[in-house]
Amino acid sequence: MTLQLLFDALSLGGIYAIAALGIALIFGVMKLVNFAHGQFIAFAVFALIVPSTDAVAVMGLGAAPALVLVPAILAVGAGLAVASEYLVFRPLRNASPVALMVASFALGVVIQNGLLVAYGGRPKAISLWPELGKPVALLGAEVPMLQIIVIVSVLVVLALLAVMLKRSRIGLEMRAAAEDFGMARLLGVRANAVIAGAFALSGALAATVALVLVAQTGVADVRMGGQIMLVAFIATVVGGMGSLPGAVAAGFALGAASVALQAALPIEARPFRDAFLYGLVILVLLLRPQGLFAAASAKPRV
Amino acid sequence: MRPAFMSSPRRVLHKMALALEQVGVAFGGFQALGAVSLTVQPGRVMGLIGPNGAGKTTCVNVLTGFQRPTEGRVILGERDVSRHSAHALRRLGVARTFQAGRLFTGLDVLDNLAVTGVGLGQSRHHAEVEAIRLLDWMGLTGMQSRSAAGLPYTDERRVAIARALMGKPQFLLLDEPAAGMSEPEAADLAALIRRIAIELGVGVLLIEHNVGLVLSVCAHVVVLDGGRVIEAGDRAAILSSRAVREAYLGADHPEAA
Repeated sequence: MTLQLLFDALSLGGIYAIAALGIALIFGVMKLVNFAHGQFIAFAVFALIVPSTDAVAVMGLGAAPALVLVPAILAVGAGLAVASEYLVFRPLRNASPVALMVASFALGVVIQNGLLVAYGGRPKAISLWPELGKPVALLGAEVPMLQIIVIVSVLVVLALLAVMLKRSRIGLEMRAAAEDFGMARLLGVRANAVIAGAFALSGALAATVALVLVAQTGVADVRMGGQIMLVAFIATVVGGMGSLPGAVAAGFALGAASVALQAALPIEARPFRDAFLYGLVILVLLLRPQGLFAAASAKPRV
Repeated sequence: MRPAFMSSPRRVLHKMALALEQVGVAFGGFQALGAVSLTVQPGRVMGLIGPNGAGKTTCVNVLTGFQRPTEGRVILGERDVSRHSAHALRRLGVARTFQAGRLFTGLDVLDNLAVTGVGLGQSRHHAEVEAIRLLDWMGLTGMQSRSAAGLPYTDERRVAIARALMGKPQFLLLDEPAAGMSEPEAADLAALIRRIAIELGVGVLLIEHNVGLVLSVCAHVVVLDGGRVIEAGDRAAILSSRAVREAYLGADHPEAA
């Protein structure tokens, strides 16, 4: 029972962490809270099926074998994010953070309405990798195969990202740009490459979340990005805006708290689980307004 | 005769000197610099001193592309670089440090240097190799994997200087590197500055409040006051200058009389 809860917490927290990372990456390099991130996720979900307003979803890309499907969907997410950067955010490079944020809301609305036009507003049942729903026995617990795959994939993604940021040239430039963009530019860090790279990674992370969501829920809905975007945004705030380790830690913490509340709350209080969860968030922010891990750039200089 | 370092606009510059020619900078109605000429020669250390608000940092900003001159020219070798960006000048070999240090505190010391090399177009590997060599040369071996956030003040300054030396610049402009240092710490810094000029052949412009440090390191010193050069010369010339004493102590001060 407790082991089952642990797996639940890890898989839910992992999804939150990946979604929060997508937001924190872009915030880090350009101080933009990209509220279109949820729509990036929805877009990647709908990229799996053939565009039509019929009630029944017909798999397009989603019918491809996983070895083709996964890289293709990651590329779709990255491509959408890079295109958004090029068309929307690059012309606004010197605009105020508020203008950027409003533009990201607008972009989200455009993407969502584009999906509505192409696919209709009704949620569609879609069956991606149904065989992964089967439970397997692991350490005495009955765990759905999908959950194990989610946990492993999340850890792999986090490890790859950490190595990329630590070891690659663009990763080094991203870390410098995230802390002090002006100084990094002065030193000749390639601003356009760094920002485009951050968007590409963010888009690929959104696509990762999309695949997990679809596999878990079996539903494609044009509004599906909104809920997870909210949680992910809260995770980036709790983690400390712009801090990547903070976003990951807070994502896992939110997942764990959510699962723990679900298990611990009396049955009649469970419908109000999120109220308790966000109450905890408020408490954390009252104690640490800068977030759990304040980014270096957010610290006052002494 | 005019000392060699006090260039006039007509003087044929040394091929690789960095110079201001009759530079003026106005911020709105405020004249921060007026008709300032000075030349930094490779392998030499030139001092730039002056009271607060004299225009020292503005000089550095003009020389490094952070501030466009409203009059006059910035010359590097034989090129007019007055319109070059800060980054373009860095690539041409004009490096600087900042009063606030401005290291990336989220990165370790090695990465602070490496990202500079990468920004200058080096591969990550080459940047790291040069960074390690440079840290060794500066006696900062063993500090490479330390976070730049927790460095003692003097080490932070040294790392900032090391970062500015990435990519083998021809000129290094140090903006108050000794601020807040004790006398022994400033003496260590003076030794380092000499080595940078002599061993690396870098032309150094040293901006300091610590006049003692400047006079101990610099063969030539330019004194600014109110945005103008009020004196230029060697140590003896500066120490005996009535204009310098008046600028620092005020014209009414008994010692200035």
